[in-house]
Amino acid sequence: MKKNLTTVMFRGTKAQEEQLIAVIEKYRGTKGALMPVLQEAQEIYGYLPIEVQKIIATRMGISLEEVYGVSTFYSQFVLNPKGEVAIAVCLGTACYVKGSGDLLDKITQVLGLPAGSTTPDGKYSLEATRCIGACGLAPVLTVNNEVYGKLGVGDIEGILAKYK
Amino acid sequence: METISLKINGVEYNVPKGSTVLEAARAAKIDIPTLCYLKDINEIGACRLCLVEVSEGGRPFRMVTACVYPATEGMEILTNTPKINKSRKTNLELLLSNHDRKCLSCVRSTTCELQKLCLEYGVDETNFAGAKNKYKIDDATPIVRDNNKCILCRRCVAVCKHVQGIGVIGANDRGFDTHIGSAFDQILGETSCINCGQCIVACPVGALYERDDTDKVREAIADPNKHVLICTAPSVRAQIGECFGYEPGTDCEGKMVAALKKLGFDGVYDMNLTADLTIMEEATEFLGRVKNGGALPMITSCSPGWIKYCEHYYPEFTENLSTCKSPQQMFGAVAKTYYAEKMGWNPEDIYFVSAIPCTAKKFEVGRPGQSAAGVPDVDVAITTRELGRMIQKAGIDFKALEDEKFDDPFDIGSGAGAIFGATGGVMEAALRTAAEVIEGKPLEKLEFNEVRGVEGVKLATYKLGDITLNVAVASGTANAKKVLEAVKAGELDVQFIEIMACPGGCVNGGGQPIQPAVVRMTTDLRKVRAAVLYNDDATSDVRKSHENLAVKKLYDEYFGEPNSHKAHEILHTHYIKRGL
Repeated sequence: MKKNLTTVMFRGTKAQEEQLIAVIEKYRGTKGALMPVLQEAQEIYGYLPIEVQKIIATRMGISLEEVYGVSTFYSQFVLNPKGEVAIAVCLGTACYVKGSGDLLDKITQVLGLPAGSTTPDGKYSLEATRCIGACGLAPVLTVNNEVYGKLGVGDIEGILAKYK
Repeated sequence: METISLKINGVEYNVPKGSTVLEAARAAKIDIPTLCYLKDINEIGACRLCLVEVSEGGRPFRMVTACVYPATEGMEILTNTPKINKSRKTNLELLLSNHDRKCLSCVRSTTCELQKLCLEYGVDETNFAGAKNKYKIDDATPIVRDNNKCILCRRCVAVCKHVQGIGVIGANDRGFDTHIGSAFDQILGETSCINCGQCIVACPVGALYERDDTDKVREAIADPNKHVLICTAPSVRAQIGECFGYEPGTDCEGKMVAALKKLGFDGVYDMNLTADLTIMEEATEFLGRVKNGGALPMITSCSPGWIKYCEHYYPEFTENLSTCKSPQQMFGAVAKTYYAEKMGWNPEDIYFVSAIPCTAKKFEVGRPGQSAAGVPDVDVAITTRELGRMIQKAGIDFKALEDEKFDDPFDIGSGAGAIFGATGGVMEAALRTAAEVIEGKPLEKLEFNEVRGVEGVKLATYKLGDITLNVAVASGTANAKKVLEAVKAGELDVQFIEIMACPGGCVNGGGQPIQPAVVRMTTDLRKVRAAVLYNDDATSDVRKSHENLAVKKLYDEYFGEPNSHKAHEILHTHYIKRGL
């Protein structure tokens, strides 16, 4: 799926940047270092915005496009930060046949938020995931670490209301 | 040369050892279709058009991609079986299924490598109708990108990254969403793209092309109040014939001039003249820097792709750039100051066009510090391709034209000016003049062979009088990078560097007529076109910039002497530290 660019303001700290630079230095001279650097950068910042990718590109002496190309190729790299309210809808086979696609559409409609993005204020994020292994509860979504199962479209507004 | 023997379609051939199947077949004069393949630049076997069947060691035949598969002793190759043809046809249909098939008005119609293959394989529509991607056309800069036509061959990406060492475009996202773009899908104008246009020349289809400015020129010509003047860069005469079916490396100067006069320009001039003017200014500037301790090494400033590269990637070297405007900009500046005064014209009534093998020149005309008379020195720069299209559209039978000569008073260009279009040419031209200034006597030998040729980096040492001069010449920005890094590291001690953004110099510029990959595989366009310029030089009566009488006249009547105050105001410029 095409990745959405973030509209959330970057709030990286000096400490995070120092951590990232240390990671880049650790891999200096290693072949194929971009992947592990991106992975660790995502652990530090939670996502890979342009500010972070620029640091990586400049310090590794590669073009920003090369970094971006890799970050958009692999589904595990994310360009949007998780929101305070991080919603994930399972689109695994079982959930999907039980109508999780409709749940996703409903949330998008209520929050005005397409899958794979975060509201500009950083409050909500919405993600479509592969199977999370709770097929017995299909269709399933999670909000932060709470799991909600056996849902219908009618349940969505009630769930969201809890996180206002 | 060591060879191996193998069979192609049942016939035995000896081919060079180390060949790929494609190279072996083409050496045997058997063509295999390709799309993503671009010799030495993009050899990735992605498009699957070069499928052939091979059998090795008597094992059964299987399909491989010829462009990357090594040919081996005793191999049997089949290039034209029904199975292969069916596979190629299917692959073409798959490519077409997500291709904007607006061929009628496509700028690459008849030079499109995909279109040619579809014709050969009888593919007109696709059996794979379904979802199609829709992309916005990026036309904010002289380089226009239309992803709707892109077939994801990655030739542009490879040129940008490997040949130019820039890499502002690449493949983003994956699967059906895969598209060529810049980081965070910025438009090219927001990136550190240098507008060199090598991506355009690499593109097999109509996904990359230059902004077409020919309508502006036609409108100006139609305006009775405008004096529409044009000058042509050294390389255009060595390329323009290719737009009309001439072999690469045909000198068409006379026909080109005749065509321009037929198009209705009020003055048709030779940019070789301002190449000479550049040398007068640049050689003087260089000797001044040597004498007065200015920033060395001094680096040439004729190539606007290189200038933007320097500003983005090596801003610490902008002081080292010669402050001379490029020959194109000098010409416009001279036309709108000296010539306007001489003719009693208002500079605003002059419409100055340059014909140039370059896309970065379209960017250069809008740069700050390029308006000597208060209006832009050059109004519009058109590529050799655009000029070819203008001539064609005007119904001019190019091949039937009688040779004509450039117009007075800007009709003289020296041989030194002519070779500006080839890598090393500016250096050689400058050395001819600098040597005679320093030594105070005519050179015995005018050729500086060490700086000629298509190698990416050339180094030479010359003794001019009591000055020992180390020089470097680089073409292609990846090679420029090598030279600059060596200078930075203190490994290379040079005083004068010539850099051209395009590999081989302007003769291989981003605005050149596009030759398909199959021609580029066997013809070194840089060499055959440069040969035209070196021949021009060798047969010129005047071969040194300082002996060009038209240039002399400019100084006598207007500028006084090279690097005079007036020359500085009109013929020099400044740069921006852009960074990344």
